[in-house]
Amino acid sequence: MSTAAVAAPAFDKQGQRTDEERVDAAMRSFVREFGVTASLHLESCVRCGMCAEACHFHVATGEAKYTPIHKLEPLRRAYLREAGPFAPLVRGLGLVKKLTIAELEQWQELIYDSCTMCGRCTMICPMGIDIAELVKEARHGMFKAGLVPERLALMDRAAQQWGSTATPGEDLPDILKEAANEHGVAIPCDLAQADILVTAAPAELGEHTKALAAAAKILNRIGARWTMHSAGFDASNIGFNNGDLELQERLTRAIVDTAVKIGAKTVILPECGHAYGAARWEAAKWYGKELPVRIIHMTEFLDETLAAGQIRVKQIGASATFHDPCQIVRRGGLEAAARRVVAALGFELLEMKDHGVTGYCCGGGGGVISNQRATPLRNKVFEIKRRQIDATGAKHFVTSCGQCRITFETGAKVAHWDMPTESLLELVADNLLD
Amino acid sequence: MDLLAFARGPALAFALAVFVLGTLWRLTHALTRPGLPDRSTARVGTPPAWRGALHGILRGMWPRRGFRPGTRFVTVNGYVFHLGLALVFFGYAPHIAFVRRLTGLSWPALPDAVMYLAAAATIVALIMALFVRLADPVLRLISNADDWITWALTLLPLITGMAVATQPSAALLASAHVLYGGPLAIHLLSVELLLIWFPFGKLMHAFLFVFSRGATGVRFNHRGVQV
Repeated sequence: MSTAAVAAPAFDKQGQRTDEERVDAAMRSFVREFGVTASLHLESCVRCGMCAEACHFHVATGEAKYTPIHKLEPLRRAYLREAGPFAPLVRGLGLVKKLTIAELEQWQELIYDSCTMCGRCTMICPMGIDIAELVKEARHGMFKAGLVPERLALMDRAAQQWGSTATPGEDLPDILKEAANEHGVAIPCDLAQADILVTAAPAELGEHTKALAAAAKILNRIGARWTMHSAGFDASNIGFNNGDLELQERLTRAIVDTAVKIGAKTVILPECGHAYGAARWEAAKWYGKELPVRIIHMTEFLDETLAAGQIRVKQIGASATFHDPCQIVRRGGLEAAARRVVAALGFELLEMKDHGVTGYCCGGGGGVISNQRATPLRNKVFEIKRRQIDATGAKHFVTSCGQCRITFETGAKVAHWDMPTESLLELVADNLLD
Repeated sequence: MDLLAFARGPALAFALAVFVLGTLWRLTHALTRPGLPDRSTARVGTPPAWRGALHGILRGMWPRRGFRPGTRFVTVNGYVFHLGLALVFFGYAPHIAFVRRLTGLSWPALPDAVMYLAAAATIVALIMALFVRLADPVLRLISNADDWITWALTLLPLITGMAVATQPSAALLASAHVLYGGPLAIHLLSVELLLIWFPFGKLMHAFLFVFSRGATGVRFNHRGVQV
């Protein structure tokens, strides 16, 4: 029996709706997304195929269907029929067929399982098309249609109920108390007033509590007036990944409004890439103006604290290579900041063949790590990264995104690869000088 | 009215009208779509947006080092036919004479030998582009009717033009009457077909690339991404 005959369909559905209702919901969402930049980008493609060379899913498998611009084909068709410059003509003459439910179902694999929204394709496109952004906009329509991988939908439901995919807010004080006891560091929670609101990624409330303790150690060392808060603590924002705009707004507002309520001037985001994308660059759109608080990534906090001389660190004096998390570096602008922190630790930085804004993604971003259906594909992608890391000969492998760490740790288990993935934050905290 | 008069008269006027109005419509349509301004705080120290746009436009002229091995052919071949087309259109003396008759504008022509070389290189590059589009699984998958129509309509003026350029351009221009009227009419009509198709297909990238790259340049500049 062929594998194709037994393979489960690579799509899931949520809710009870007719196929027509799903297609209509997706189309209405797509049309809302066709703003000036999306329109320019959807119209500019010359179909040169260069983006395939940038996509880790295509590079790892050689399969043409993973060509990034191909992943946008249904979105392009929706644009041409509903919002393009000749839309009435296109519809009237039937030049572009209306999307079908079957096409949307098949599309799910291409924009959820095999796209991490890492934006490497954006860097190679000679037309400057921001394909990653368009995929994110396409996901909004897929969510509206109830066509999201079930694992991501499950996390979405948890976050809708709890405000976090990890835990309800009311459990946060206990989790922090346990982490504080385990690591021997004070972690303030729910203070009525503070200068800094510190947020977490879901893994930091579970297996990576050391990261929470590391942040606490540094913040306590500099004498910061800071807190975590059960009203707004999970910055990972599953709504951003899933395409659930309502949830994205709710999770964003929980953090920003909490910061305002306690008088915080700064929100520190955890070592999490998509948290940075959602909060640093997209939060303001919910408010219609610049935010009243400064939102920074943990890497920026480390960089600024080191530069100001508020902390000093021991020189580790070994070689290291650094994995650039896509949302923090390629789409976030923190390439230099991360390297300054690496340098402050006294590492001899051995760069991977592809690094900085053209570095390969870990393969787990954009919800792919949580989407168990994508595991075999993700493991193939992991091999690209593993080879590049090994080729540096570095003794340490460091990154600044918890999601990337989990992806590497999971991939390492499968590949029997014994290089540990180290957190930049934890390295700084572990090597603080008095 | 003979075919040449038709090609030089109403057909040319129609083609130019479609080209100009269609191009303006497509640009206006895209640029007037609703836009959500980016309210996030720009990274401290980033250059003004216009510099980000300019950087994005220029950065797209050549692939980054890490991408070069896999993109070399598409890039070099693309440059050959883009530059070749530009040289042939703007550098060939009869073309300049044609533009002068229409607009009064003129400029020095390039030697015929350069033109022949440019036209030949362009034709070869276009044929290679077609071959790769047919042979490469990625390009085969993503290609649509626009690609095939655009390819054919781009090649056609070159082929029909070669049929007219059988004598040195000085001899063609010095002649008191039109030489090869029939082939010239066909050549003009093939150019007019290209102009008519221009606003409907991917040829629009000749204008859109500025805005498309510029928009991404502004986005990344705002975030302080060093691209």
